[in-house]
Amino acid sequence: MSALASPATADTAPPTPDYSEYKLVAARRPWRWVGTVLVAAGVAAIAWSLVTNPRWEWGVVAEWFTAQSVVNGLIETLKLTAISGVLGFVLGFILALMRLSASPLLVSVSWTFSWIFRSTPLLVQLLLWYNLGYLYEKVSVGIPFTDVRFFEAQTTTLISQFAAAVLGLTLNQAAYSAEIIRGGILSVDQGQLEAASALGIPAWKRSTRIVLPQAMRAILPNAFNEIIGLVKGTSIVYVLAYSELFYTVQVIYNRTQQVLPLLLVATLWYVVITSVLSVFQYYIERHFSKGALRNLPLTPLQKARKFFATHVAASPTKDAR
Amino acid sequence: MSITAARKESTTAAASAGAGHVAPPLVGSRTASRGQVDITNVRKSFGATEVLKGVSLSVPPGGVAVIVGPSGSGKSTLLRTINHLEKVDGGYITIDGDLVGYEVRGNKLHELREKDILKQRTNIGMVFQNFNLFPHLTALENVIEAPIVAQGRSKAEARKRGLELLDRVGLKDRAQAYPRQLSGGQQQRVAIARALALNPKILLFDEPTSALDPELVNEVLDVIRELAKSGTTLIVVTHEMGFARDVADTVVFMDDGLVVESGTPQEIFTNPREERTRSFFSKVIEPAFNI
Repeated sequence: MSALASPATADTAPPTPDYSEYKLVAARRPWRWVGTVLVAAGVAAIAWSLVTNPRWEWGVVAEWFTAQSVVNGLIETLKLTAISGVLGFVLGFILALMRLSASPLLVSVSWTFSWIFRSTPLLVQLLLWYNLGYLYEKVSVGIPFTDVRFFEAQTTTLISQFAAAVLGLTLNQAAYSAEIIRGGILSVDQGQLEAASALGIPAWKRSTRIVLPQAMRAILPNAFNEIIGLVKGTSIVYVLAYSELFYTVQVIYNRTQQVLPLLLVATLWYVVITSVLSVFQYYIERHFSKGALRNLPLTPLQKARKFFATHVAASPTKDAR
Repeated sequence: MSITAARKESTTAAASAGAGHVAPPLVGSRTASRGQVDITNVRKSFGATEVLKGVSLSVPPGGVAVIVGPSGSGKSTLLRTINHLEKVDGGYITIDGDLVGYEVRGNKLHELREKDILKQRTNIGMVFQNFNLFPHLTALENVIEAPIVAQGRSKAEARKRGLELLDRVGLKDRAQAYPRQLSGGQQQRVAIARALALNPKILLFDEPTSALDPELVNEVLDVIRELAKSGTTLIVVTHEMGFARDVADTVVFMDDGLVVESGTPQEIFTNPREERTRSFFSKVIEPAFNI
């Protein structure tokens, strides 16, 4: 360093002043303030228009938000999401294991399943299931290639709107979740399986106790994407005239002609469901990040508690930034 | 746990793993008749590459064999055939006279079912170069996983034994830490405790110090040194020549898929019969280090 110093300072070397009593001042960032003000103004303008524009008809929204028919539709939506979500992921897990197995037959069946159900529009799948009676009049359970039948029924009585909706959503969901789960499993280091088998841990336990808990970290963000997509995806079963949230709202606004406020009712409910799911996602992901991070970050609740403990108790004179 | 605490802990542990340390025995009292390993004419190819070209080797019960040689010579592959992580293409391996991975039916060797292979593996502990600890489990959970899941021990019993083993490798107070909160040397010592938890007859070490910073190598070697006195058969693949000289009963020099020669450290290091061995050691051992 001394080689770089100018000759003048090198010769005289005046004593360094003592700065220890000086206060540190952070650099000014004027453009950050300009940006903040602009964005705040924009947000305020949007909020203002939402409140003051009478055409949003918030009164109508409030009136229908908790109406019995809307709540019934909401329950149907949640039911469809839960059933097809769970069944879809269970089937997806099986498909993922098939795809990763050593048997060429299992691999190709799994691949073909995903190929077909990812290539056809969900709308077509739903209509196809609902109209299965047109293709196959009767459904029967028996010994294949013989006349022995244990059970036989008309397809149209078996496949209700609900059954068609669940079938369509589940099979479609399974095709996507299979790939998500497979991706998660592939993300786990091969050495983990090796170590587990060197320890004599049986294959099933290797999957459930060693690989899956680690795969979950990669699976969860995508899985929640899918579930949140599914919540809104259920609205497509309106084509079967199935009275879930979206169809219910449509029926109401066709009668009352209050289209936008009723669409808002449905939208707000979807927002509520997504928000609740996001909170679940946060805590479930946190659970599975055990050991993956050196130290877990604080949850928003813990942060808030810490903030109040330090800032509200102490005098708020000092700028937090 | 703070990083400073972990660092301080690791230095004391390295010291405590030395000879003077009094702690519960690493392995229960055992007769020296367990753990005879016989490898007979083992061959293994990966695609067109023949990695093992007919390797034979015997390690007596309680023996310490250290396998050395240039990379790509088949050392690790040989080690992995001993617990059937790698299937052999020819030849066979026995442990105390029992075939590994196969059984005799008629005049054929039939591969065992997965269940039986897993059972055999509980007799053979393995320590990997990259530790392969389960990152989502704490140190203690890593150690007790196999005793509970593979051997059906009770959780309380496994925990008691697990804590003893962690104490033995100097990590009792890190039992609740996750692997990523431990240093490399600490992780490898947990991995050794994990391998010991099944009470194996044989321990296999696949380059146990190759992934470690130089200053962490000794804390792991000290633990292995201690194990060498315990009567468990050890087979160690390593590049640590000083360690090989100190600890091995038998040094095995492998090159190009074959055992070139084997013998006592004295014979192999100071007076090798083969020119290939001589030239290898002249490259890897500093002259000042020679006896």
